[in-house]
Amino acid sequence: MLSMSQLTPALPEIVLACTCMALLMLGVFRGDSSTRSVSWIAVLALVVVGVVLTSVQSGRMVAFGGQFVVDDFAHFMKWLIIIGSSLAIIMSINFNEQESIARFEYPVLILFATLGMFMMVSANDLISLYVGLELQSLALYVVAAFRRDSLKSSEAGLKYFVLGALSSGMLLYGCSLIYGFAGTTSFDGLATLFKGLGGTGPSVGLVVGLVFLIAGLAFKVSAVPFHMWTPDVYEGAPTPVTAFFAVAPKIAAIALFVRVLVGPFGVLIAEWQQVIVLISIASMVLGALAAIWQDNIKRLLAYSSIGHMGYALIGLAAGTEAGVRGILVYMAIYLAMNVGTFCCVLAMRRTGRMVEGISDLAGLARNQPMLALALAIFMFSMAGIPPLAGFFGKLYIFLAAIESGLYTLAIIGVLASVIGSYYYLRIIKIMYFDEPAEAFDRTMSREVKIILVGTTLFVTFFIVRPDIVVGGAGTAARMLLAG
Amino acid sequence: MSDFPILSLVTFLPLVGALFILLIRGDEAVVARNARMTALWTSSITFFLSLMLWTGFDRKSAAFQFVEKNPWIESFGINYHMGVDGISVLFVLLSTLLTPICILASWDAIKVRVREYMIAFLVLETLMVGMFCALDFVLFYIFFEGVLIPMFLIIGVWGGQRRVYAAFKFFLYTLTGSVLMLLAILAIYLQAGTTDVPTLLKYALPGDIQYWLWLAFFASFAVKVPMWPVHTWLPDAHVEAPTAGSVILAGVLLKMGAYGFLRFSVPMLPVATDFFTPMVFTLSIIAVIYTSLVALVQLDMKKLIAYSSVAHMGFVTLGIFTLNQQGVTGAIFQMLSHGIVSAALFLCVGVIYDRMHTREIARYGGLAERMPVYAFFFMVFMLASVGLPGTSGFVGEILILVGLFQVSTWAATLAATGVILGAAYMLWLYRRVIFGKLTKNDLKSIMDMNRREVAVFTPLLVLTILMGVYPGPFLEIIEVSVTNLVDQHKTAMAAVEALSVSGR
Repeated sequence: MLSMSQLTPALPEIVLACTCMALLMLGVFRGDSSTRSVSWIAVLALVVVGVVLTSVQSGRMVAFGGQFVVDDFAHFMKWLIIIGSSLAIIMSINFNEQESIARFEYPVLILFATLGMFMMVSANDLISLYVGLELQSLALYVVAAFRRDSLKSSEAGLKYFVLGALSSGMLLYGCSLIYGFAGTTSFDGLATLFKGLGGTGPSVGLVVGLVFLIAGLAFKVSAVPFHMWTPDVYEGAPTPVTAFFAVAPKIAAIALFVRVLVGPFGVLIAEWQQVIVLISIASMVLGALAAIWQDNIKRLLAYSSIGHMGYALIGLAAGTEAGVRGILVYMAIYLAMNVGTFCCVLAMRRTGRMVEGISDLAGLARNQPMLALALAIFMFSMAGIPPLAGFFGKLYIFLAAIESGLYTLAIIGVLASVIGSYYYLRIIKIMYFDEPAEAFDRTMSREVKIILVGTTLFVTFFIVRPDIVVGGAGTAARMLLAG
Repeated sequence: MSDFPILSLVTFLPLVGALFILLIRGDEAVVARNARMTALWTSSITFFLSLMLWTGFDRKSAAFQFVEKNPWIESFGINYHMGVDGISVLFVLLSTLLTPICILASWDAIKVRVREYMIAFLVLETLMVGMFCALDFVLFYIFFEGVLIPMFLIIGVWGGQRRVYAAFKFFLYTLTGSVLMLLAILAIYLQAGTTDVPTLLKYALPGDIQYWLWLAFFASFAVKVPMWPVHTWLPDAHVEAPTAGSVILAGVLLKMGAYGFLRFSVPMLPVATDFFTPMVFTLSIIAVIYTSLVALVQLDMKKLIAYSSVAHMGFVTLGIFTLNQQGVTGAIFQMLSHGIVSAALFLCVGVIYDRMHTREIARYGGLAERMPVYAFFFMVFMLASVGLPGTSGFVGEILILVGLFQVSTWAATLAATGVILGAAYMLWLYRRVIFGKLTKNDLKSIMDMNRREVAVFTPLLVLTILMGVYPGPFLEIIEVSVTNLVDQHKTAMAAVEALSVSGR
């Protein structure tokens, strides 16, 4: 029945799944002393998965009876996820040891989450979508509460779990409505069905189902009004976990969002565009305003990421090839900026304890000029000031918005970015203008330093050859819309 | 010669210097000394290189010269396209001239974090020069907005008491304007399919969207100029910025807005320009008269000069929107003159501020007794600011007024009263600071300018007089490009007229 060649498109996922289980065995038999080696093997495995991913990639392929699809879009997103996950594991190694929460389950759980994300990105059916989403979410609930002795961390995990379950429920309800009214769960089937509708609109049941589906997905990308969990989870979870939450799951969820709405529901853009416009505006504005009053850097970054998702959703609201390209470019840059910023947050440690207050950064420019410079670059970049990478992310997003005639959305977007720049500037102000506070410990591990330097260079020199990212994103977007 | 990438070299050489400064190791005093030297050398070499533009510039051509064009973002069709014409070349020279002067002026004034300061100035120079050279809209925007980063840090780190407030105000005001321009740039790109400036200058955008685009540009440029009523960031930024920061702000950054009008709004959006001219006139005249009156009552020297800058820039916008040869030429000349004179005036304030650490006018008086050299320099620049014949200020003002009289007698009359008010507040400032009896005890031991300070002022003084007595060589460079700009506007308007006539 199932020949090997049919499995080829899913080879990266298969490799990943096998590694996960093997590492779990290794961990169980060797105990927590193996954490370091398990972590590095996990990173290595992700690199291998990346290589496999590149080698099996050739055009659009489906597997498992059309449930699973591989194309350039999935390829691009999976690469971002691999980078995000592996950097999150590397960042956690020393941190977890310092905080004495080094347990081998951590890298394994991250790998499982990554596997789930891969499934999400490649989902071509409402069922495989849900399976991927849940695999990811379950792993994430556990990592959020990874520091189980800490009340905050447990609370974060619990909150995430309860709200996540609710959103999954909504999503599932939406899926069942869609299935009930369309008679199929396959994306290809749905696409054919909608194209066949011609002039007549879809039935109300379908639209209601779609709205529930969007609500569920909006929760996963933490778009307003489904964002409430984000600041608490960001604050409560251990910092490397927060870094992971900020990038990989967001990328996967945005990919899923794009895959579902632009793919099968693409012809129904009139039905969902206004919903996306609305949540996009709400996310940008709330992200910009709410962050102003935050004193905790992790909470601030939570609101910042809510805002960033709002910008990415502009590209989705456009619903065009340019829009999808904009999203891909935006997410790639977002990944680099966030990983780099969290590396800086990891360095905020005084006499062996983590500090998270923004005021703790005071005068960092004098104590650790290089660290301050890196963080300042990330902040300016997040604010979207040229010549840094963040500017290009916004540029391509707004280009798509203008092209689709979404002028109001674009104007609100740029104005929100001005408001948002205020709190990014505030961090720079605290680092550069204020009198120095007590210096941080200089315990940054070599690996984190390398990541920090790498991301800083990427953000700074993106301008020299933007086409490396933009070109790939363009191809990926073209394929998604053609397929 | 033609293949030699002189513009790129002038643009990016300061960045190389900044990189060197970043790599300096050693204790603080060594780093500070080396950073100062490196910055001075880099900016001086940049200035001498940029003189090649002066000598090599073809004064008979309105085309872009020293052009460089390389593919950059192919997915967007954006090229790395650099070039200068008669409108921009002198601003490049102004920027490269003022940077070494600023560095020299901050030699002793800046004592903390010298390394960062010098890096910020060199990066700023790159961005300023790049902005005047950029011939691609997106490239221009990147330089235009990138300026905010070093300027924000210069005001915020080395500024005065309320520096944080001033830095934020400066940043957010300017950013708000520029993001709207970004949307306009994207709209133009989608309409015309390119962001290449020379191509766009020939492209006729549809009349109905011109108004919106013009307003979006206006939002950005009016804040930068700054025009009334969005000028309020300027006095704050000027007062709080360190001396050299004010010099660059007044000397070059204010010109970016007016340059934007000349380069983009006027030639690309002729119909809208015509439509909005009365509005610009009104705002400019309010700026000239109102800010002159405000300048009269200032107690702080820097604030007074800041308000005078707003008034002078009001003259510039008036000149630009006369859209005739004299007016536009006068506007460009006035910008150059103001770039030198206001920069020098801020330096003059800096000289006594370094000694007394106050900018309050009432704290001074009778300085002529102790500081004759200083009084002389201050006098020349003060008179140039007033527009005395024989100084650079006169040439620009008279040309603008001549141009303005042809368009609107009322506007010209009102603008001329601004000149009188300008004389009033500047002369009064000079009287209160320099003349009178030296009664204040702490002033009795004040020292006159040292050699370094004289060296800072001499080139500015020479230029002020030269441009006033013999403006020929400068006007010669500006002339052809302005003729081209004015003719282009007339042709475009004639075309629209013909269209509307035939439409009836």
